[in-house]
Amino acid sequence: MRFDVAPGPHTAPIASVPITMRRVLYALAPAALAHVWFFGSGFAINFVVATVTALAAEAAVLRLRRRPTRVPLNDCSAIVTAALLSFAIPPLAPWWIPAFGAFCAIVVAKHLYGGLGRNLFNPAMVGYVVLLISFPAELTQWIPPRMGDLDYQHLAFLAHLSYSLTGALPTDVTVDALTRATPLDLVKEGLRSAQTYSEIRAGSLFGGIAGRGWEWINSFIALGGLYLLYTGTIRWQIPIMLLVGLLFPATLLWLFDPDRFATPGFHLFSGATLLGAFFIATDPVSAAESDRGRLIYGAGIGFLTYCIRTWGGYPDGMAFSVLLMNSAVPLIDRYTRPRIYGRD
Amino acid sequence: MLEYTPDRRPTGGLRLPAHKEASTAQPIARGFVPRTLVLALQQHQGPPTTPVVRRGERVLRGQVVARARALRSAAVHASTSGHVRAIEDRLVPSVHAVHRTRCIVIDADGEDEPLPPGAGSAWPEDPEKQLKSIRDGGIVGLGGGVFPTAEKLGPQTPCKVLIINGVECEPYISCDDMLMREAAAEIVDGALIMRELLAAPECIVAVERDKPQAIEALLEAGRASGDASLRLADIPTIYPTGGERQLVEMLTGEEVPSTHYPSEIGYICQNVGTAFAVHRLVRAGEPLLSRVVTVAGDGIARPQNVETPIGTPIGELIEFCGGYRGDVDRLILGGSMMGYALPNDEMPITKGSNCLIAAARTEVRQDFSERFCIRCGNCGTACPARLLPQELLRAARDNDHALLDEFGLTDCIECGCCDVICPSHIPLTEVFRNAKFAHARYQRQEVFSAETQQRFRRHEERERADVQRGKDLQDQIRHEVETDEPARQQAIEAAIERARQRRSQDTDSE
Ligand code: SF4
Ligand code: SF4
Repeated sequence: MRFDVAPGPHTAPIASVPITMRRVLYALAPAALAHVWFFGSGFAINFVVATVTALAAEAAVLRLRRRPTRVPLNDCSAIVTAALLSFAIPPLAPWWIPAFGAFCAIVVAKHLYGGLGRNLFNPAMVGYVVLLISFPAELTQWIPPRMGDLDYQHLAFLAHLSYSLTGALPTDVTVDALTRATPLDLVKEGLRSAQTYSEIRAGSLFGGIAGRGWEWINSFIALGGLYLLYTGTIRWQIPIMLLVGLLFPATLLWLFDPDRFATPGFHLFSGATLLGAFFIATDPVSAAESDRGRLIYGAGIGFLTYCIRTWGGYPDGMAFSVLLMNSAVPLIDRYTRPRIYGRD
Repeated sequence: MLEYTPDRRPTGGLRLPAHKEASTAQPIARGFVPRTLVLALQQHQGPPTTPVVRRGERVLRGQVVARARALRSAAVHASTSGHVRAIEDRLVPSVHAVHRTRCIVIDADGEDEPLPPGAGSAWPEDPEKQLKSIRDGGIVGLGGGVFPTAEKLGPQTPCKVLIINGVECEPYISCDDMLMREAAAEIVDGALIMRELLAAPECIVAVERDKPQAIEALLEAGRASGDASLRLADIPTIYPTGGERQLVEMLTGEEVPSTHYPSEIGYICQNVGTAFAVHRLVRAGEPLLSRVVTVAGDGIARPQNVETPIGTPIGELIEFCGGYRGDVDRLILGGSMMGYALPNDEMPITKGSNCLIAAARTEVRQDFSERFCIRCGNCGTACPARLLPQELLRAARDNDHALLDEFGLTDCIECGCCDVICPSHIPLTEVFRNAKFAHARYQRQEVFSAETQQRFRRHEERERADVQRGKDLQDQIRHEVETDEPARQQAIEAAIERARQRRSQDTDSE
């Protein structure tokens, strides 16, 4: 009897890119729901706009580059980028903010470098930083979480939608009346104007550990991260070292002067710490390649984030830290190459 | 025998579905006699054997049909009785691929008549003769490497540890497991014989933890042997810890240098099947006539382990196991990770064939589309040689030979771990296998062109030196002529004279 031959190994592969990406999306889902619950439908609208733009941009670029579109499009990586971007954008944003961010992420950060797998920088973070630099005003329009201001009037879904599409708000509301500083902003400004940390913390936007609402969203993000770790979708090196890199200096300085520095718990549950640790820095394409390299890469991001938060000009520094460490990856890779078995 | 757990974790590797339940559900099937034998003259790593039978001759079970040359060789025996039909070239599976080689084809007569008792030589006293006897007994490494066993037991290198490899980490293969369960005492005896030959101070039997019955049987046999220095290491169930280099690292913490064999640094690895064969040879005078082969896969009617006479055509063995079942997608020789697909089932089982998988569609990869590498690093984490497969991949696809060297292409053991774990479904192992060929060719060319260049350079230098010498001479003459008036006059006269002569010669010849 004759048989077809094929090269080994003779077994079905045990992992695939679409499955990995889908797992990332599942892991983000609880945090996304929490986001909508605390901050209204803005997140959902931004996510839809970003996803549509990302997929359309990807299809268009692939077409332009004369590449097959089906396989890259169904790997879900564009949707993951859109989701991460949506977590970074304030819920109250005109539609072109997520659209422009997603466009930059896909076209500039991803395809100008050669597509998935070739990009040097994390696409979502490139998109976010471009937005942050180009439209600083729109990117600081955060609204308070449900339960933050007791007399605060939340926008309904339709009002969110109409603001997103046309910029129109219900007649008796102004943007200024809606927006509030984020907890990170408050801490930064407060410490700068010589308030003590505990004074700042007494504000109504704060919950048990960090910002109200944020604590919950970030807890769900951590839960999603644990799911990714458990399923082997990500490995521990980057998230753990990122947290160590951030919390170690945070704890030291807080112990040194609890009035002038925020608690490690606040850092852990504020801003993009957990999202960065489990979802952003773990983007394999732009991270260091060896396990040892990933320890350094993660620690670097955590440490830089802490520095930017504490002494830099921005309240959060995750995006900048990730991009900075992205650019250090070739160097890290060069010096952390594992020693080959049986060689000196 | 002492059981212990090595306190090291293997480097890289994967936990893979074992696929061994079906073939280990019943004892090894014995007494199978094929209708035909195809005995390749070269079933070992080394020079081929010399046939000593003629066409039409009747041979008996156990009779030598091809003699071993002096070194790095192992004799071939008729594994059942019959008549030699032909001595011809055939396709035969060897370690990494099918190759064409000379074979003795025997029509078995079904009587399975053995050589008369006492025909085999007794186990000699002298170690030199003992090695020869192993060579003549046709014994080679039965784990798949088919390295002549006598060569590994020779006195060249002092042996620190004799490692009896019963790890059998690759999916589907269970022949060693079954042999350990059923013939533990024989294996221990064979191990002790080899240990004595090597004068090894230590002997470790390594078995994977997922084989409790084998471990139990070996411990029992070890206790019965009364040898206190034997030890049994239970190894974590991670593929490919059974690879020689991986096993040495696991057991001793020492790495085998890239450029060496384990035996060159004092670690001799022998497969449990080999130990069994040595026992048979020494205690019963029986050469290597058969081996246990695992017949497995969803495409086989009755998966099981069969004691198979060497040279049995694969088709006959499959038939013995109830034939094919359903759609067989691939016929694989060896395990699912390192084995290779056979083009047909007419080839024979050789000494190195440990497993045969008739794989159904669902068991093997069907979709061969691949995506870009997303640099996830899974491959590097899984690589037992601590390579960075994604970097090797890039170097291989760019044909960058300097980078291939730097990233250790030749250190890849082609275990396939990176391949099955890759989420982009890049056929990494296949790429590396091909790259190794291309790289070897490139290096040969490099050596060749370096030699040619050197030759050319030497030639050029010689020529330049010649030219220089000529110039120097001319310069010297010119210098003499220019500085010396009488000599100049002389030279002019000599030139005029020469011209005149030439002219007169020209006129003479007209
Ligand atoms: S496993 Fe595949 S996708 Fe991941 S780094 Fe290796 S080659 Fe690239
Ligand atoms: S096939 Fe080679 S590169 Fe891949 S895991 Fe095995 S040794 Fe490493």
